[in-house]
Amino acid sequence: MTGSELKWRIAGGSGDGIDSTSQNFAKALMRAGLDVFTHRHYPSRIRGGHTYVEVRAQPDDVRSRGDGFDFLLSLGDSFARNPDDEAYYGEEELKPLYEHFDDLNEGGVIVYDSGLIDDEAVEEINLYERAEENNWHVYPVDLRGLAREHGREVMRNTAGVGVSAALLGVDTSYFEELMQEVMGGDIAEANIETLNAAYEQAAEFDHTHDLEVPKGDHDSEQALVTGSDGIAYAALDSGCRFISGYPMTPWTDVFTIMSQNLPHFGGIAEQVEDEIAAASLAIGASHTGVKAMSGSSGGGFALMSEPLGLAEMTETPVVLIEAMRAGPSTGMPTKPEQADLEHVLYTSQGDSCRVVFAPGNPQEAYEQTRKAFEYAYDYHIPAIVLYDQKLGGEMRSVPAEFFDREPDSDPGAVLTEDELSEAAHDAAGKFKRYSHDGEDGVVPRSVPGQEGGRFLATGNESQEVGHISEDPDNRKHQMDRRMEKLTSIREDLNAGDDSNQAFHGPADADYGILVWGSQQDTVFEAVDRLNARGSSVKALGVSDMMPYPESEVTAFLESVEECLVVEMNATAQFRGLTQKELGRFGPKMTSLLKYDGEPFEPSEIVEGFEATVEETDLPGGNMELRPAAGD
Amino acid sequence: MTAFSAIHEEHESDKEDFTPGVEPQPTWCPGCGDFAVLKALKGAMPELGRSPEEVMLVTGIGCSGKLSSYFESYGYHSIHGRALPIARASKLANPGLEVVAAGGDGDGYGIGANHFMHTARENHDMTYIVFNNEIFGLTKGQTSPTSPKGHKSKTQPSGSAKDPVRPLTLSLASGASYIARTAATNPRQAQQIIAEAIEHDGFAHIDFLTQCPTWNKDAKEYVPYTDVQEEYDFDKTDRREAADMMYEAETKLYEGEVLTGRFFREENRPSYGQEKRSTGEMPEDPLAERYYDDDDGFERVADHLIERHK
Repeated sequence: MTGSELKWRIAGGSGDGIDSTSQNFAKALMRAGLDVFTHRHYPSRIRGGHTYVEVRAQPDDVRSRGDGFDFLLSLGDSFARNPDDEAYYGEEELKPLYEHFDDLNEGGVIVYDSGLIDDEAVEEINLYERAEENNWHVYPVDLRGLAREHGREVMRNTAGVGVSAALLGVDTSYFEELMQEVMGGDIAEANIETLNAAYEQAAEFDHTHDLEVPKGDHDSEQALVTGSDGIAYAALDSGCRFISGYPMTPWTDVFTIMSQNLPHFGGIAEQVEDEIAAASLAIGASHTGVKAMSGSSGGGFALMSEPLGLAEMTETPVVLIEAMRAGPSTGMPTKPEQADLEHVLYTSQGDSCRVVFAPGNPQEAYEQTRKAFEYAYDYHIPAIVLYDQKLGGEMRSVPAEFFDREPDSDPGAVLTEDELSEAAHDAAGKFKRYSHDGEDGVVPRSVPGQEGGRFLATGNESQEVGHISEDPDNRKHQMDRRMEKLTSIREDLNAGDDSNQAFHGPADADYGILVWGSQQDTVFEAVDRLNARGSSVKALGVSDMMPYPESEVTAFLESVEECLVVEMNATAQFRGLTQKELGRFGPKMTSLLKYDGEPFEPSEIVEGFEATVEETDLPGGNMELRPAAGD
Repeated sequence: MTAFSAIHEEHESDKEDFTPGVEPQPTWCPGCGDFAVLKALKGAMPELGRSPEEVMLVTGIGCSGKLSSYFESYGYHSIHGRALPIARASKLANPGLEVVAAGGDGDGYGIGANHFMHTARENHDMTYIVFNNEIFGLTKGQTSPTSPKGHKSKTQPSGSAKDPVRPLTLSLASGASYIARTAATNPRQAQQIIAEAIEHDGFAHIDFLTQCPTWNKDAKEYVPYTDVQEEYDFDKTDRREAADMMYEAETKLYEGEVLTGRFFREENRPSYGQEKRSTGEMPEDPLAERYYDDDDGFERVADHLIERHK
């Protein structure tokens, strides 16, 4: 055990307070000066069902969940439905204990609630046998009893935090402070009493482990945020004041943050009858001059296909969010996957004309959502932010000053009434909203209610004022003008000094790893490890899915001998996109794929790299190598 | 100073202002009932003092969807069944606009019926005109949600086994606060009803019987018609009496008797915008105006939301 990092995990049933407790635990460690990162595992169920959250903390720069974990606080599942291990879903009460055995690192610590899990049960799952094999240190504590005595039974989680603090050497004042901020009143008092009683009891234990919380110090104040926060806050700072949606995991997080905050910011949130309506409302609001967004996850986004095409055809700006989860169909609602890439790129009839960004962490989620709004409104094009359950739900400490940004109320390429009076109209006074002469493909628009701006928006092909037209020359003009936007946006993105692509590792490395979206920072951590032990590797995290960053990826692939492409799907969708866009490099790219619902750990990337470059065998687990073209 | 002077300034307009000065001329078949909707809408707008650029007309797909091509205003010819969600968002974004949505019976009572139900229950202050010709016209004569039971078509060669949708009853149950039926053959009543519907502060639904002389030759020309206000004694503000009247009108239509008129009107019910403003979930001033007012500072996330993450 080293003192350089801590990976603490709290496990229980849905409803046992796992989320709130882990959030406070992470925040306490952040306030104590550490960088933190959380990983969230939960079932699609309201009460009961095995759920856990892992908090990783280290003095600086934590990029991923890491490998395995060190400390288990197991509450058992107080909402367990299935009474015995013959049951289809296993012995639920004990799952929050035995399901963690495979991930707990050697020398790790287990604290479990002996008030819920009795000795017989512990015997059944061979806890002590496993502990001896792995040199684990087990501390049974009657958390339920402590909670009953000093607070209420539901405060088992707080008692567990008190025990964790005593065993790891964390100052309880951080927790007390948070409890007062979050709860207040009698509830806070009862929790604090339970916390301290548990702390004192555990401080008396004979500590056989040598695990303790590392020490750290921040240069600036930190904020604990998720990818969903990054997306929602960027939307608000972009001047988005309208959201329409329908609940669906995991997109609901963004929808909730927006719905709770829009009234304060003077905006409107609408929960509507389905996702077809959700996308259509956002288009209607945006057409009427308001910056608007909608979003969903896979199945709901599928319903948005036709409105998405309407926005492309009528050149209505709109920002859509797609939070991926494991598919097809309902799939695994609470598990991450990156298998909607092709869906989001190509869904809806006709040639795609949209912007798609796939951010890799909460900061990128913020930056790229802001860019999505800029491009949508400057170019009158739908812009989509594609992320997944992992990025949406994991919390990270980020310097608070990162959010010190100015809002943008600019509605983009819109004419004023004065400008409209000078603009081109047809003989009857209709505004040439779809003039053939757009610059970079864009014709500045008018907004309903403006004098001199009336036109017809239509999903049909249309001529300059919007009347339906099937004239071949007009069709060619209009298609070319709309598609030109993508070329212009690519040029804009290339000209900027803040590329959405993230590079990591030594520039002259022999080997490369390509990655996109939420797996990016895990790959970066693996790259550091590989280089530290003598490999020569660099990585490129790609975010621009459309328009594709041809020159950046080409330069990267040309500079390496071989490249591993890491993604969470079964059909190597991003590698396919890269080959389609670049038309070469097939023989250089081997895919490392995973689609079991669990994100990659850094060690898995290391193993995948070794298997590819050093031609070793992939050790067990659910990863798969897809050979390069011709191999 | 407003960015939207078409909404805020007084205008005198006439029918011609709502007629496109150049092509396109309507492509509807001779004798089509759709002409009557266009004429009544053009007549109602100047009567109410509206000008083309304060009107947002959102249409669906089908012959009825072409209405926005032949009516001079801001228009949005959207996709099949989705006129209502676009239209109601437009009203939320800028309540100063006069928002009218229109589509066919397939559009509103079939593919878009879910939106019809929810837009009605929310009681948005807007008008929805459904061109009901009991047939899919533009796709050349298939059975529609309002086609009578037993109706034969290329897609239902043995005759439809389904009872037709009851549009007025559906509208009432869903929560529309103004419900009327009129017919292309009764242009005076049609214009009056459209004007009333636009004036109504809530969701006004008009089932507009528009004969299809090409694909629905079996259907009546919707004559003779009976005005329910003249021939029947019922209180249109009473939900139960209105429901009975609607049931009768819907049944009689398939027996060859055309009952038109005002079927239901609920006064003093707040529109959706009023409801939302009263719960503090919608700004008092039109949202769209904020983007075009240089003095309107937008609040920063940093000042309001970051503290809770520290």
